[in-house]
Amino acid sequence: MRVYLEIGKRAFQRELVYRTKNLAGLFTNACFGYLRAVPLLAAFEARGDIAGYNLQDALTWNWTVQALIMVVGLWGGWEVADTIRSGDVVSDLSKPFSFLGFWLARDYGRAIYYLLFRALPVVLIGQLLFGLRWPHHAITWAALAVSLALAVSIGFAFRFMLNLAAFWTTDARGVGGLGLIASTFLSGFLIPLAFFPDWLRPVVQALPFAGIVQTPADVFLERVTGWALMGALGQQALWAALLLGAAQGLVVIATRRVVVQGG
Amino acid sequence: MTAGTPDAGHGGPLGRPAPGPAGGPAVYVQDLCKSFRVFRHRPGALGAVRSLVDRSSHEVRAVDGVSFTIQRGEMVGCVGPNGAGKSTTIKMLTGILHPSAGRVEVLGLSPQRRRKEVARHIGVVFGQRTQLWWDLPLIESLDLLRYVYRVPEATFERNLATFRQLLDLDLFLSTPVRQLSLGQRMRGDLAAALLHDPEILYLDEPTIGLDVVAKHRIRDFLRRINRERGVTVLLTTHDMADVEQLCSRLLIIDQGKVLYDGGLAEIRDRLGRERTLVVDLAEDGGALEGPLSVPHACEVRADGPRRWLRFSRDDTTAADLITAVASRYRLRDLTIEEPEIEAIVRRIYEAGLDSSSPAGSQGSTIE
Repeated sequence: MRVYLEIGKRAFQRELVYRTKNLAGLFTNACFGYLRAVPLLAAFEARGDIAGYNLQDALTWNWTVQALIMVVGLWGGWEVADTIRSGDVVSDLSKPFSFLGFWLARDYGRAIYYLLFRALPVVLIGQLLFGLRWPHHAITWAALAVSLALAVSIGFAFRFMLNLAAFWTTDARGVGGLGLIASTFLSGFLIPLAFFPDWLRPVVQALPFAGIVQTPADVFLERVTGWALMGALGQQALWAALLLGAAQGLVVIATRRVVVQGG
Repeated sequence: MTAGTPDAGHGGPLGRPAPGPAGGPAVYVQDLCKSFRVFRHRPGALGAVRSLVDRSSHEVRAVDGVSFTIQRGEMVGCVGPNGAGKSTTIKMLTGILHPSAGRVEVLGLSPQRRRKEVARHIGVVFGQRTQLWWDLPLIESLDLLRYVYRVPEATFERNLATFRQLLDLDLFLSTPVRQLSLGQRMRGDLAAALLHDPEILYLDEPTIGLDVVAKHRIRDFLRRINRERGVTVLLTTHDMADVEQLCSRLLIIDQGKVLYDGGLAEIRDRLGRERTLVVDLAEDGGALEGPLSVPHACEVRADGPRRWLRFSRDDTTAADLITAVASRYRLRDLTIEEPEIEAIVRRIYEAGLDSSSPAGSQGSTIE
């Protein structure tokens, strides 16, 4: 296990190198957080509560999802595909560790960096500009930590599988782009899943994508508590396990037919 | 050949007393094949659409029945033109690629079935790739390997100290890898491949793109780890100087087949039968019209008074030829050029082993 800890540590360190990049991203997130807050203000003034969200809930959801983009890697990351494309993957495959575990560890290192240096500042900016709803119960913070950890796993497993497409096609980004559009929409990033029409809502809430953004946001907003909270975390855990299992299966298939680019 | 037991190529072969990292040859490969399906891309936009529906493909045999055995402590050079199947073979030896047919054993284990276990005993350097973390100081990548291979701290410290000295790493140990020169990066990659005391080191084009000094340094290092640490080395290269300076055994692979497997001296003796006598004519060579006329030799090049005469050992000896030339022309100076291994290998690529060797007995040295 120590090796995965050390890998994660280095992935964290690696992000530290690109401080300027993070600052630029932070600025972008803050801008979009503000821009998306404006129509929310208008909508809630006109309609009052929507699907159990009051204005402050909605604003908190808005800033939370902005904060989570990089933590859960909502819009991808093509490093795995890039190593497959370049052939550098051979080094990772000739190591006595799990290929999936290697990248999962890297993703956790990356996620922790973005939690501290992206998500936290974004939420604080939201607080300064609009005043957010903060958890009322201490236990929520513990639940949030678990939910975020699982969200990272689900987001990773999904993205990782899209990346593995690079073993079959030279343009994994093309295939992956479609997948990411789907996950952006279905994760509760564009609009809260509670706002979906009645017939569609149960479906999108059951899908794994809900566990990437909506569930941690719900936990933070304390929209799920008690047994509902346990259920939400359980559903996340189930999807995380299933998707990681599927990803591992795909690794086995992919490496059996691996074509290393560039001879 | 020591490992000819017909089992499926995994676990410990029957009849060998100590399978696994304890005994047997370092590498054992028999009738190894690897084919890839290559899809044909039709030109043009319409062609691209057609290719989606009708994916006509053909099979390419990158490795086509390769057999060889490498004993522990050997240093073997593997050469062949681009696309010959060298890298593919090495990738099967590491367990990354799965053979289409045939058998691979590394230290008595199947690298495919026991990938992680085999990985602990091998080091790999792919010259055109790096295993180092691009954005982090070199030492971070090296330090990580302690955990990857579970190297005891004392061993790790000792090895690191050795390689720091041998490869002169101190200068750039805390420099991010992306800022290293190619030569420095290669030294870093070599250290990274060896920190866990592997029994076998695979090097895929370790000197590619390096300058003369860097090449020399890398070769020096490889010679030392082979002699002093007993590491078995299999290296592929396009630079025959790598082979000449490091290896006593040469594998020539082309079109997925082993063309030659044997000593370096033997191939020179067997195929390098043609030598060149270079003479400097004493009088003004320009006055001499046309090529020199000497039995059993032909002039292949002329540059003023300097002439190159190619002759074969089968036809005449160097001494006879010199006598013959000297009796007809007045000479100022002469030298004999031995066949370069590079030229020999080039001829083998171009014409195959048979046509280069009058007494061609292809395969006699292949296992």
